[in-house]
Amino acid sequence: MNVLIFVEQRAGQLKRASLETVSESARVARLLGGAAHAVVVGSGVGGLAGEIGRHGAAKVYVVDDAKLANYAPEAYAKAVGEAAKKADAAVITMAATFMGKDLAPTVAAMMNTAVATDCTGVMVEGGRVVARRPVYAGKAYVQVAFKQSPAVLTLRPNVFKAEALGGASAGEPLTVAFTDAEFRSAVKEIAATSAGKVELTEASTIVTGGRGLKGPENWGLVENLAKSLSAAMGATRAVVDLGWRPHAEQVGQTGKTVSPNLYIAIAVSGAIQHQAGMRTSKIIVAINKDPDAPIFKFATYGIVGDAFEVVPALTEEFKKVLGH
Amino acid sequence: MNIIVCIKRVPASDSRVQIGPDGRSLNPQGVETVLNTYDEFAIEAALQLKEKLGGETTAVTLDPDGNESILRNKVLPLGIDKAVLIKGGSAFDGAANAEILASVLKTMPHDLILFGKQAIDSDSYAVPAYVAHHLGLPRVNVVTKLDVVEKSIVARRQIEGGEEVVQLAMPCIVSTQKGLNTPRLPKMQNIAAAKKKTIEVRAAPSVAARIDILKMELPPERPAARIVGQGTSAVKELVRLLREEAKVL
Repeated sequence: MNVLIFVEQRAGQLKRASLETVSESARVARLLGGAAHAVVVGSGVGGLAGEIGRHGAAKVYVVDDAKLANYAPEAYAKAVGEAAKKADAAVITMAATFMGKDLAPTVAAMMNTAVATDCTGVMVEGGRVVARRPVYAGKAYVQVAFKQSPAVLTLRPNVFKAEALGGASAGEPLTVAFTDAEFRSAVKEIAATSAGKVELTEASTIVTGGRGLKGPENWGLVENLAKSLSAAMGATRAVVDLGWRPHAEQVGQTGKTVSPNLYIAIAVSGAIQHQAGMRTSKIIVAINKDPDAPIFKFATYGIVGDAFEVVPALTEEFKKVLGH
Repeated sequence: MNIIVCIKRVPASDSRVQIGPDGRSLNPQGVETVLNTYDEFAIEAALQLKEKLGGETTAVTLDPDGNESILRNKVLPLGIDKAVLIKGGSAFDGAANAEILASVLKTMPHDLILFGKQAIDSDSYAVPAYVAHHLGLPRVNVVTKLDVVEKSIVARRQIEGGEEVVQLAMPCIVSTQKGLNTPRLPKMQNIAAAKKKTIEVRAAPSVAARIDILKMELPPERPAARIVGQGTSAVKELVRLLREEAKVL
């Protein structure tokens, strides 16, 4: 049974989470006794096939059309559907990015099948795919099997490993005929709100500040520490609700879900809603003056102390060690 | 303008999750259920659009227990005109649930159908897109800004590091994100009126299940933090551990 991966690109840049999905899907395809094929959709995207192949795709379909420059859910779904037919795919995967979480259910609806969102594990049991995915904001996981084919899955970024596995080097053009109706939900333009900043959901290191920092005027502490590590900045819900930081930076149940290699929480108590958004981070460091703060119950390392003293010292130490 | 808001009753975000005896579902004992957080933004958007443009607002919910408490005590008191309760649906099967919802929505006049961007129980982000497919309507998800311009809506949807701008002809489907608006509190006169309103109950058609839930499990325990030390004296040792033990620098 073959797997088809939808590989996301924006402005000609491949998403790292998509390459993770390619490598993981290659592993799943092997377990299913099939091959991993990929499809990339956009305008002027043929040159991306090589890198997709290197991450484990045996074949890369390229749906290249000027009309596809911006995301258009129904048209992209059609392209994925056509590629899935060509690839004879029993499984369709994509990264659980904003685009992936939007596109996957439309692909699944078109094929009258289920989608498993934000999967953190993909197993093959008795010849069929089983997806493990978080529910109740990560307070539990369910293992689901699909009653119809193809199975559609989105994979959580930063959970699976992107690897150079070798595969196709040239793309195979796939021509798809689109109708106007397939552009009825198309994106007209993109407004960047944080150009040049590291995006939270894609960052490998995140520094988050909580209400214990007392006010927006103290955010320089978080900024400087983040800069010393080239990290993205996050905020707790309390901080966002108080208007200190924008909602785009919120980590937690009503914000973003992140899974970086290193998550540093400064003056964050660790409420259950915050945990929901960051619990799968690999290493969690907590700095809090309250030794009974809930965050110490699940962090990896903790320093009990005043953030206003500890954080500047930590920033200096990172600078020294990392040479930034 | 006919505005429909699809809402869901879900476990409160601070509830403790325990697995039921079947090993495949949540143990409902001691779990308080509330209105899904993101649906609050959808309801507020509906109320604001009605105030501006006139029309009627209807809340629709799919509830396996046929429980009307959220519609009655939370949604109608905010000023939503009427409510429809569909008894049915199953946990985590967004594809099947969307098919049920779409079959009922099809029978109701609609210019705009609003959802929260995700339900905080299944966290699937899937139902609005499925419903759009079944009804053949354009849709936009994770919306942080919404305006009606003649017979269309102009919306901004959140993506990594920015927003996408779309314009959709109505009727259409929109799912809402935090930041779109500030949900209001109920007014006294609406609370009184809500008690007397009739909630229309509909039976769910039988639909094919799309998934098998094999197992529900708790996340792996994270052991408690190793306290490296107190105050600034612990900084050097923390950095050493991050480099040499955790190897994340």
